Amino acid sequence: MKTPVIEFVDFTFQYHAQSRPTLHKINLTINEGEKVLIVGPSGSGKSTLAHCMNGLIPFFYTGEMSGSMKIKGKELKDQSIAGLSDTVGTVLQDPDGQFVGLTVAEDMVFKLENDAVPQAEMSDRLAAAARRVDIERYLESSPHALSGGQKQKTTLGGVLVNDVGILLFDEPLASLDPYTGNRTIELIDRIHQETGKTVVIIEHRLEEVLHRSVDRIIVVRDGQVAADLTAADLLSSNILVETGIREPLYLTALKYAGCSITPEMHPEHVDTIRLGSCIPRLQEWYKSLDNSPEQPDYPAVLELRDISFGYEKNKPILHQISLRIGQGEIVCIAGRNGAGKSTISKLICGFYRPSAGTILLNGRDIRSDSIKERADRIGFVMQNPNHMLSKTLIYDEVALGLKLRGVPEEVIRERVHEVLKVCGLYAFRSWPVSALSYGQKKRVTIASILVLSPEIIILDEPTAGQDYRHYNEMMEFLVTLNRQGITIVLITHDMHLMLEYAQRTIVLSEGIKIADDSPVRILSNSEVVEAAHLKMTSVHDLALRAGVDQPEEFVSRFIAYDRGIRGQ
Amino acid sequence: MNTRMLTYTKLDSPVHRLTGFTKLVFFIIWSVTAMITYDTRCLLAMLLIGLAAFRLSKVPFRDYSFVLYLILFFFALNHLAIFIFSPLEGVRIYGTQHDIFHIAGRYTVTWEQLFYQLNIALKYTAVIPMALLFLLTTDPSEFAASLSKVGVNYRIAYSVSIALRYIPDIQRDYQNISFSAQARGLDISRKEKLPRRIKNMISILMPLILTSVERIEKISAAMELRGFGHKPSRTWYKSRPFNMLDYAALLLIVVIGVVTAMVTFYDGSRFYNPFG
Repeated sequence: MKTPVIEFVDFTFQYHAQSRPTLHKINLTINEGEKVLIVGPSGSGKSTLAHCMNGLIPFFYTGEMSGSMKIKGKELKDQSIAGLSDTVGTVLQDPDGQFVGLTVAEDMVFKLENDAVPQAEMSDRLAAAARRVDIERYLESSPHALSGGQKQKTTLGGVLVNDVGILLFDEPLASLDPYTGNRTIELIDRIHQETGKTVVIIEHRLEEVLHRSVDRIIVVRDGQVAADLTAADLLSSNILVETGIREPLYLTALKYAGCSITPEMHPEHVDTIRLGSCIPRLQEWYKSLDNSPEQPDYPAVLELRDISFGYEKNKPILHQISLRIGQGEIVCIAGRNGAGKSTISKLICGFYRPSAGTILLNGRDIRSDSIKERADRIGFVMQNPNHMLSKTLIYDEVALGLKLRGVPEEVIRERVHEVLKVCGLYAFRSWPVSALSYGQKKRVTIASILVLSPEIIILDEPTAGQDYRHYNEMMEFLVTLNRQGITIVLITHDMHLMLEYAQRTIVLSEGIKIADDSPVRILSNSEVVEAAHLKMTSVHDLALRAGVDQPEEFVSRFIAYDRGIRGQ
Repeated sequence: MNTRMLTYTKLDSPVHRLTGFTKLVFFIIWSVTAMITYDTRCLLAMLLIGLAAFRLSKVPFRDYSFVLYLILFFFALNHLAIFIFSPLEGVRIYGTQHDIFHIAGRYTVTWEQLFYQLNIALKYTAVIPMALLFLLTTDPSEFAASLSKVGVNYRIAYSVSIALRYIPDIQRDYQNISFSAQARGLDISRKEKLPRRIKNMISILMPLILTSVERIEKISAAMELRGFGHKPSRTWYKSRPFNMLDYAALLLIVVIGVVTAMVTFYDGSRFYNPFG
């Protein structure tokens, strides 16, 4: 017998600051013990939906509600956040921003402390939860010293100390590398099976979540439920494409090869999908495509020779790194957290000085150049746009760099307008920065760097936290800049990004360069993939299953074909 | 960045074994006592006890050396200032004047002044070791627990500890923001003229404030989701039961307080007068 635990009936919600409802007439039921995935592009209302389930709406973020929303049979508006926290345990995205304890143990028992649970009982429940998420060995560590996966385990453990019936995961993959993402999905699945709790996952990275099966997928679009289907039915439909959610890559490849996807094929996972008659089609399609072109040799614009560096003595972060970036190239620097990839960019920009080695720009040693002098040639775009924006108006923000360089006002105006046009922000030039969306803010930061006409732009995780549509827009925009001759260096662990856009990927592991090759070859090398916490792509797996003799070449041709279609 | 500045390190010593509550109470009574008394004998005794406690705690010198030098510098500055602004304060207090030598104008070095400044120096040296010791040997999480035990509302006690927790994060934000600002040409070094520099500083502070507000919103949502603040009291995972050592320490501080008060006020004056 199915018992509904979460029930939305004609539920509408409008934030006080918004002119339109974010959720509109939602009808949705989630039953006890189910594992449900909620997907939707940014701004679709999926996070708002999650906030209704844990009480942040309407008690933390206020607004107008109508219709009914019940959790375990009780109306939302009659409850409180604290009351709901006994029923719904929330794991928020970005574990770093929510640690309250100085040690893992303290962070995990936070809920129990607040419920005034006696100390002895607290220790028992902590031990049980730590065992469940397998974090026992780190109880006395500082949560900030942990790896991304361990951080996720800590936050999950902090929810499991209390016997909640519903586990709510708000974008659990957002800050994780592909490998750790897989481990997290496996952990969630194990907890679901062992405890039988209801699990709700909000995420836009569909393929990663489907690493383990889910009972149902709910698609949210424009504040409404656009679909409520099993994974097999959803993947066989056209809904994902229409909504702007990326379908699993192997399905895109199958569709290009002319196969239609049906629920009977069990398309949920690349290892278990029934290919049957698709195999010859895939092979034929593969043969019909042109060879992927060899990459041309680019003349070096930036070169690092034997760079070593450490923030503290005797604790080196980088060991004798040598690399070259070609004029007009798009290069990715990848590696797991703490591998030294952000440190490299800070050395290039002059924020820190290497303890050994040289940095050459167009053959000239720039080690004695100041931060400002280097910035004229090498632009750096931070991951968080809010770290860069200091002016109220977009025009002023973009003009800032030129003003500080004493450029005459008429020249500034001309230059800023030109850059704003390139960035698609011209129409917004007199708007306040605060009125922009996250993606637009990111563009403003890029514009404010572009205005200094650098030869190289380094971007730290340019697509982090953005959905498929914004990812596409951002990357196509960078490609346009690249075509105008700007060299682009991307620091990322997003595999799609490096596969689809980079000509070359440099992989760092524990401060050492372990690979420097085309992304396709890197992602087919299991040793490198493991060391850098990446993952082979599902298209590669599909090629293997279809018996294609050169799976790497299959991936390259697929990417080229896909880019051709999406670029249109 | 000197990240090891005055941070708690887990060590095993009698001082570390004391509960945070005991240390807090000890420190408060100790400081008040040292502030009130000018009795040289009491201050000397307190200095010795303080140094002994430090010895007992096994805290390595490098953990506090930087702060100690900083304090010593201001200490010297303070003494110079006292002499410059009131060179005859000691004479006024003790009512006699024994000159040593004359410098210029109203500046004469007297035994009374030297003795007065010695007492002030002793006050500092009695309180500083205890303050350092308190910071270095109290687990910050236990600090919040002990604040709440002495009667501070736990919501406030916890805010204090969480603010301390987030200082490194905000430092990191500041560094990132200032790097990107410098790359765009904002100069906050001494090369820039002061008004310009202040303006540039504000350009850096704006994003810092905004990102900090973002942080605060996130953390407070996360805390509410885990039931913070809905009950009138809470328990503390890190709070420890009282043991014999705690009672002994509390007894000691009460004795110190009472004895000092008696010695100090025995003759009706806060000052011990060897000149009379």
